[in-house]
Amino acid sequence: MSALSSKVEAVFDEPGCNVNQGKSDKERKKGCAKQLTPGAAAGGCAFDGAKIALQPIVDVAHLVHGPIACEGNSWDNRHAASSGPKLYRTGFTTDIGDLDVVYGGEKRLFRAIREIIEKYNPPAVFVYQTCVTAMIGDDIEAVCKAASAKFAKPVIPVNAPGFAGSKNLGNKLGGEALLDYVVGTEEPEFTTPYDINIYGEYNLAGELWQVKPLFDALGIRVLANISGDARYSDVAQSHRARAAMMVCSRALINIARKMEERYGIPYFEGSFYGISDTSESLRNIARLLVQQGAPQELLARTEALIASEEARAWARIEPYRARLSGKRVLLITGGVKSWSVVSALQEIGIEVMGTSTKKSTREDKARIKEIMGDESHMFDDLPPREMYRILKNSEADIMLSGGRSQFVALKAKTPWMDINQERHHAFAGYEGMVELMKQIDRLLYNPVWTQVRRPAPWEENS
Amino acid sequence: MATVTHSKKACAVNPLKMSAPIGAALAFLGLDKCMPLMHGSQGCTAFGLVLFVRHFRETIPLQTTAMNEVTTILGGLDNLEQAILNIHKRANPEVIGICSTGLTETKGEDVDGYLKLIRKRHPELDETELVYVATPDYQGAFQDGWGKAVTRIVTTLCEPRPRTAWQVNVLPGCHMTVADIEEIREIIESFGLYPIIAPDLSGSLDGHIPETFLPTTLGGASVEKIRTMGGSAVTIAIGEQMRWAAEALQEKTGVPFRLFDRLTGLEANDDFLQFLSELSKDEIPLKYRRQRSQLVDAMLDAHFFCGGKKVAIGAEPDLLWQIGSLLTEMGCEIEAAVTTTHSVLLERIAAEEVLIGDLEDLEQRAAGCDLMVTHSHGRQAAERLEIPFLRMGIPMFDRLGAAHKLSVGYRGTRDLIFEIGNIFLANLHENQPDSWPLPQHERESLPC
Repeated sequence: MSALSSKVEAVFDEPGCNVNQGKSDKERKKGCAKQLTPGAAAGGCAFDGAKIALQPIVDVAHLVHGPIACEGNSWDNRHAASSGPKLYRTGFTTDIGDLDVVYGGEKRLFRAIREIIEKYNPPAVFVYQTCVTAMIGDDIEAVCKAASAKFAKPVIPVNAPGFAGSKNLGNKLGGEALLDYVVGTEEPEFTTPYDINIYGEYNLAGELWQVKPLFDALGIRVLANISGDARYSDVAQSHRARAAMMVCSRALINIARKMEERYGIPYFEGSFYGISDTSESLRNIARLLVQQGAPQELLARTEALIASEEARAWARIEPYRARLSGKRVLLITGGVKSWSVVSALQEIGIEVMGTSTKKSTREDKARIKEIMGDESHMFDDLPPREMYRILKNSEADIMLSGGRSQFVALKAKTPWMDINQERHHAFAGYEGMVELMKQIDRLLYNPVWTQVRRPAPWEENS
Repeated sequence: MATVTHSKKACAVNPLKMSAPIGAALAFLGLDKCMPLMHGSQGCTAFGLVLFVRHFRETIPLQTTAMNEVTTILGGLDNLEQAILNIHKRANPEVIGICSTGLTETKGEDVDGYLKLIRKRHPELDETELVYVATPDYQGAFQDGWGKAVTRIVTTLCEPRPRTAWQVNVLPGCHMTVADIEEIREIIESFGLYPIIAPDLSGSLDGHIPETFLPTTLGGASVEKIRTMGGSAVTIAIGEQMRWAAEALQEKTGVPFRLFDRLTGLEANDDFLQFLSELSKDEIPLKYRRQRSQLVDAMLDAHFFCGGKKVAIGAEPDLLWQIGSLLTEMGCEIEAAVTTTHSVLLERIAAEEVLIGDLEDLEQRAAGCDLMVTHSHGRQAAERLEIPFLRMGIPMFDRLGAAHKLSVGYRGTRDLIFEIGNIFLANLHENQPDSWPLPQHERESLPC
């Protein structure tokens, strides 16, 4: 069995995953790769997933070993924000040609690593495998090892070629690369009883910075955020954290579990979407830190901060209540976000007329059902044509979804808001919920809707 | 005039180039009721899709055969068959445009053979056109993929027909925007000619609001219209990348062609209108005589600001030729020219060197220039160098209205010259008291 396929199998056999826990031994062996339907599939590949998970490490050079498509068609297309270095936004690729396909691309890869180190001197180079170079048998692990030795610099192989599977699998394979080659390779200058890790937060639109002030106020230090706005050293030193929070559960659960196993860092799964979820997450972090030996008084300080921040958030949301109450939202998003956002919207009187549960776990679904009262508004899969019909018939006042379905809403002349990875607005923490209400209000009450919905005068009677 | 060199680097930094398969997919997006299908892993499709959504700000129909490690090794016949059947069942397009990728080409898939088998097994597909184009990711660039796809579209769908004197074919290169295509159509129609344009992005990706939702393209060149191209009087090809397609169409149907390597600039448009006038035996319409005069005036007004300016351009060969020629004609000097793939045009560009390379190469050569011209990915470089930046080409994801940027015809050239002239005008250097210092030795030798 190849190293890649055994890795994929191991990732699928994740004991920390609650979906997996509910499976029989036989089911578990099959893995959780949903068979894609050719001609009716959407979504990225494993390489895409690995890149999403790791590219937010901002001071590293991310080198894609493959033909031009993999990097040339996709670089600089996400909004993971950086507070300093910009190297992660530089596109590096070996751009292999047909001669490389025939003779092998390992030498070109080695030279590419050398060029990057000579020109940019980053703390590390991450090398991403792709389908074509995997097929022709380029051994990126060996090349990275040789390059690391030659240049005395970490050169990290990320073995997640696109055809290995889905984006989600790629997230996890990216996490494996960190576990195998990065975590634990450096020691922090000092540690505190208040050091935490966060896994699966990519700092899209700067969301990390909506919650970081909360940690700062409590004296909690984010030793490593994996991976938004992270530096290579943060990840390398992350084994010294006392406790951890895992957001976006599906993506980096393998990191969370293995960090607990190897370094005794306990973790919990939480979310920064929604007011009560944010408070709950802060409580859990404080509880875990105290459990790990931090002074007891942290709990009281946390409660005090929660009380004042919740009050401040609600006071700022209050003006929107009258304007948004009774509005109907169609919410199309994955997993965890669904119920977090559903409860936040309901808290101010917005009616969620439907939500997707495509990426939700059984627990997620149970929770949505509990919040929404019944199942009639849960869609496992909502084809664009049906989505268009709902919006065209004005069964919803606004749709919240990812960029993919943006134009379904706009062509139906219905307000739409981006809540996925390409979004420009940040919706995390207490600040994020205030921002969410502000944006929904701004979109719903924009005067264009009356104009664009009015038929042309010559069409009025037809 | 220019020496064409190839970057010696092992690592492309900040790619200018995009892959051939998505160039081919865009060509298919210019057909009506079409579903482009990429034969590869689902990422190949997802990246192209995101790119086009960001550029056009439209829904992009694009599907994948969703190959994985196992099906790659065992062969993709089943995936291709299933994909075509699923697309037929769910979207029922008139045409499915299939492009291969690096993945399936490395394996060596015999897609032409697969399609014969699939046709035989599934008579229910008889009404659906299947156009296949081989586009390995590791060969050529975006415009090559577009050119190859159009070649396959016309050779698959066109047959010889009785000639219609007033009907002309137009084969636009991928550097023609929606607005460019609309302008070309209007010019041709004003001579009483009937143009058939393929691919026609102005029908499918012009940002109109349809009354219904379709999972396929909605608008563009229909299969029915493309079939009649075999009966046109002539084919007008725009851009060198369209030479293959025009030649192939001529070979198959006998329709002769005239290739215009660009339609931006005074002379280029004079040639174009003169050709149409001779073809239609019609006079040049008054409207265009007026527009020509406006363009001449614009050139006079703008040359003060353009003359002697140093520019750096990063673009695919046909676009590089189009914008580079215009800038040269206005008195600019091309200090740096970087492109993606080979073309006969490259040697003719008025620069010392044309480099097949990336945006890092462009950035290194652009220091001290007065203007950088390239697609949106050049924004970081222009920012670092602190030089003015004109966005041209695909992708243009950080500006609205990318599809409606016009740069062909007298009118389009006029407005483009104004846009460029205004950039120079806005960045004029103001003189300072110390702008004209005497040489050091003179200053030192003089008593103060």
